[in-house]
This record gives sequence, C-alpha cells and structure tokens, in this order.
Amino acid sequence: MVLTLFDKIWEAHVVARRADGRDLIYVDRHILHELHAPHAFRKLEAAGRNVRRPDLTFSALDHTPSSNPGRDENTNREGAPLIAAMREGSKRNGIRVFDLSDAEHGISHVVAPEIGMVLPGATHAVPDSHACTVGGLGALAFGCGTTELEHILATQVIALKKPKRMRIRLDGRIGPHARAKDVALKILSVIGSSGGRGYTIEYAGAAARALPIEGRLTLCNLTIEMGSRTGLIAPDDSAFSWLYGRPWAPTGAMWERALSEWKTLISDSDAQFDAELCIDCSDLEPQITWGTDPGQVVAISGRVPDPANAEADRRPLLEKALRYMGLTPGMAMEGLPVHRVFIGSCTNARLPDLQEAAAVVRGRKVAQGVHALVVPGSAKVRRDAEALGLDRVFREAGFVWGETGCSMCVGANGDKGERGERILSTTNRNFENRQGAGARTHLVGPTLAAAAAVTGKITDVRKLMTGEV
Amino acid sequence: MQPFTVVEGVAAPLLEDDVNTDQIAPLGSSAWMNPDYAKMFFARRRKTANGADEPGFVFNRPQFHAPEILVTGSNFGCGSSREAAVWCLQAAGIRCIVARSFADIFRENCLQNGVAPIVLDPDDAHAFEALAVTIDGRSKIRVDLAAQIIKLADGTVFKFELPLADRTRLLEGLDDIGLTMKHLSEITAYEERVSLQHPWRSKP
Repeated sequence: MVLTLFDKIWEAHVVARRADGRDLIYVDRHILHELHAPHAFRKLEAAGRNVRRPDLTFSALDHTPSSNPGRDENTNREGAPLIAAMREGSKRNGIRVFDLSDAEHGISHVVAPEIGMVLPGATHAVPDSHACTVGGLGALAFGCGTTELEHILATQVIALKKPKRMRIRLDGRIGPHARAKDVALKILSVIGSSGGRGYTIEYAGAAARALPIEGRLTLCNLTIEMGSRTGLIAPDDSAFSWLYGRPWAPTGAMWERALSEWKTLISDSDAQFDAELCIDCSDLEPQITWGTDPGQVVAISGRVPDPANAEADRRPLLEKALRYMGLTPGMAMEGLPVHRVFIGSCTNARLPDLQEAAAVVRGRKVAQGVHALVVPGSAKVRRDAEALGLDRVFREAGFVWGETGCSMCVGANGDKGERGERILSTTNRNFENRQGAGARTHLVGPTLAAAAAVTGKITDVRKLMTGEV
Repeated sequence: MQPFTVVEGVAAPLLEDDVNTDQIAPLGSSAWMNPDYAKMFFARRRKTANGADEPGFVFNRPQFHAPEILVTGSNFGCGSSREAAVWCLQAAGIRCIVARSFADIFRENCLQNGVAPIVLDPDDAHAFEALAVTIDGRSKIRVDLAAQIIKLADGTVFKFELPLADRTRLLEGLDDIGLTMKHLSEITAYEERVSLQHPWRSKP
C-alpha cells in the first residue's frame, strides 16, 4: 500500500477505532506543564482515575518561571502556586518533574528532542499548541487541551479524527541570510493563519532537507500558526546522527534495530496528498511580521501593505492591525524605532539561534533606550552557550542573559512589554496584547532581532553586517 | 458533561475573523489555580486603555451580558490550545458558537465541554450574520441540535450539519474518557505488542 509518512506513523499507533469513528492513537511520550496540568490532576483525581503510564509522562515547568538571573520558584509570585501544584500533583502520581535546578530543565519542546526523548516515528503530546515542534525529528506530535490531557493521563491514548494530508515542498537553495524562521514566515505569508486547518503538513523538498535539525524544529514549531495541529519532516541521516548519543536515545543493538525502522519513515514516491504547495526558497530575504497575525508578513526590505489592495471583507481586520501596530500603509519596515528585543522561546532559543544572534551582537552595544533579553530554551542550551562564551557576548553588549523558560513569548512569567512599545521577538505569535497590554510585536528570526537590539530600529541585518548601516 | 439538545437565547455578533484564544482567555490573570473565567472572558477587549468599559465591544452591551449564542467569523479560536478559552465562553453563558470556521484544537475543546461548534453554508452564514446584527439581541434564537436547525423568532430557519459522531456526543453529553475506557484491553494488548516489536518506544 502506498502511504505518506504521516499515514505510516498514524497507522502504527492506532490502538482501536472507537464507536464514534475516532481513532485511539497511542501516545509514546507525554509532557505536561504547570499552566494546565494542575487542573487536569484535580479533575482526574475527582473522577477517581489513575495515571496509566507515569513512566511515559513527564512534567515541565516552563510557562511561568521568572527568567530573572538567580530566580527561584517564587520570583514570579503569580506562577508559584502552579509550580507548587505541579510538583505535588506529579509526586502523587509518580511523574518525573524536570525541575528548575535540573540539568534537563527548559521549555518542553526544546528539551524533548535535545535529550532524545522524542524519537522519529514516535508520537508525542503536550497540552500546548507548539507540541508540533518535534515534528522536526520525524515525530508525530499533538498539542491538546486540558480534557484531552486528562484523557491521555488516564488512557495513554488520544482520540482523534484523522486529519487530511498536505505537503509543502520547499524548493531551491536557502541563501546565507535566510533561516528556517524566514522560510516559515514566508509560508505563512502564502497560506495565512488558517490555510493548514484540518491538515497534517509534511515539509519536503531540497530546502527542507538542507535545514539543520534545529531549523527543522523551528519550521515545524510554526505549523500551528498555519492552522495545522501538527507537521513533520521525514527523518534522514542528519536527523539520525543528530539524535545518536543523546542521553535518552536508544543505544547499541537497540539503536540499530530502531534505525532500520526509522529509515522506512518516508512518504512513498507516489503517495497522495489532499493538498500540495510549492515554495521557492531561493533568494529568500529575512522576513518580518508587520501586523497582529503571524500570516501578516513582509520581507525586511518591504513596506507595510495597504488594506485597500486586500479583499473587501479582510480590510477591517488589516486596518485594525495597522492601528494597533501604529503603522500606516506604505511605510518602510526598515528604520522603525524598536524599544524591546526578545530572543528566546520554543521557536528560536536553541544553540544555533543564539550563536547566529551573538555573531551580530559581538563587538556592538545594545542601543540606548532598548531593553534586550535573551533567554536560552533549556538549561543545556544555556550551559553550552556559556561554554562558548556567548553569555559574555550578550551581557557585554547590554543584554540580560535570562534563566531558561518560555519567558516573554507568552508573557506569563512577568516578562512583558509596555503599552505602545515596539518589540522584535523571535517567538511565534504577534497577537494583540500577548507580550503585554498594548505592546506591538514583530516576529523575526534571531539575526534580525539582534540587529534591532544594536541599532535601536528595524534593520536589515545584511546591511548591518556589510557596514551599509 | 451537560447534554446539548435545544438552546434558546440571545445571539451576540462578533463578526471578525481569526479571534484567537489570547483574546478570549488572556493569561496574566492572578489566581491561576482557581481562575474566575467570567472575569477572564475577553478581559482585555472589554476594557479601554485606561481601564473603563469599552462601550462598543459587543459583550459590554446590556443585551449581551449573558448570550447563549455567539456569531463570529472564520478561524475562531486560533492560537494556543488553552481550554480556558471554552471555559470563559461558558462562564459568559455561551453554549453554541456559529462561526465561518473553527481552529482545530479549539473545536475539539468545544466538543469536550458540551459547546456546539456550528458552521453554516457560506450563503446562509452571510444571511444569518446580517440577521443577528439586525435582531441585535431583541429576540431569541433557537438552536435545535437533533433537528440540526437554527430558528429565528420570525420563523426563519437555517439548516446546518454537524457530523453524526460529534452530534451524538453533544446530544448525550458523553464523557470522552468513559468512551475510551471501553477499549482498555486493546490498549494493554497494544502496549504488549509494542514492547516486543518496538521496545525503544515503550521505555524512555
């Protein structure tokens, strides 16, 4: 039978089909976090149900911990009760916590691939929409709600209707100044924030295969912003060698056995997709969002679009976005003053992200009046970056070198912008008020964020590096 | 879960696309362990920058303080997976959402909580939205899930279709975990099979 990659993983995880037509999909690894799990523990216990597989379940503390240097669980007072409830609930149910001082602490979507917990062809669930990140290793992941989380705790399966399949073929060769984030933003500019609804996306093509694993994780991370619950890339030799030797990855004969199975994880050559899209990634410029929806994207050299050119029923939304962002049609993106820069999150806080940003920052200073924060995605990324001296590069330039966690991406840990501030952020959502009431978020990759920090305005990093600005 | 059979009430029009869960249920509220979902419900959009009530916002208008039905645009509930978005809508009285389309995870969260996610044909949707604006909460609208119809006070009827499985789940108020628990022996058998055939998956 001819199958897509997604079908192969799905079929290998179907436990049963329920009377209502939903497939029960086995969840190989389940990571909880403190914003939602305490509520699920409470409901589960009230119903007299047990956690079926505590050995496959893990607790992250990522959404609420402060990123202030030297923080502890009480630094962000609002999050402290959730962290306490998470520790207690996990202990009661025999679940391992990746606690604040643990070597494996961090954002779950960064930690799970990094320690080799998620594996190609395996399934993964997190009560967070960015669970899809780990599709970059060829895993099938689902973000879920609190009731679904409770369902997985009780049964280790998730009850799903099978989504349709979309393939996005990324052609061409990505130039030296564009990264996975730019590819994802480019796709968003084409299909918008709902174009992927109802589908699982497989990213394919030469440009996808050429992405380093960290870039694949970034690309898959933004799948939910396209409206798809999950997306993935076929695992290949670079994925296997990236994974080899990670602490939780299989070893020895078990590795060989797993590897021979993983090598079959590709869409068959004549597999059928319900939708296909091709995007040429040659000559791709660094991208930036101008509005309040991740699909509102222009190239860094571009201008703020004019709603008059849009379809009539979309105009009010675009006008509203312009008002919120304090922009007028036709304005150049370059040169807009920036008040705050955030480099971090499950989208762009892995070691290569920090290395690329540091290469821009090195030898420069954060511009006067700009608040610049860099938050590594995990304790390991933080350690590795410090071993390379990146923390010094950032700190000497005037950045705050934060403690790991979701930080300003979701604004639940005390880090946020002020009303009217323009923020360049390497995160995933530019929604109104997300990074602070009235704060104006532009989504970018790490190098554009770094360039804005040192110039105090939106700056084409290519020009900065060649001395043009 | 409370079964959904017939809901009759006021329909609040929020005719925008891409209303996201950050708007519906903004984070940053204190007392996260025991949140006040009614207070969280569109908390930022309901206030002006200086903290007063935003008079133009639909849910601040007196007739829409406790609407049973929400009428909205496409991709409703996009963004985060937070189920609090549905709990906030419920706390505001909403039991039924008529939208152009729903974000995937949000729609699942609706079904988990007995909230009916309804999509009309595009032509009907346009007409229904216009009528909801004209009626402006002055008369009640009836949603009959078993018959799959929406009926206005003047007798106008709109038909919709919800897949049978989703409809049954809402009509009977079925507990999703309970449905799956019937398959425990299959789950156990699956686990045994995986531990033999794909052992790297069964042990972290």
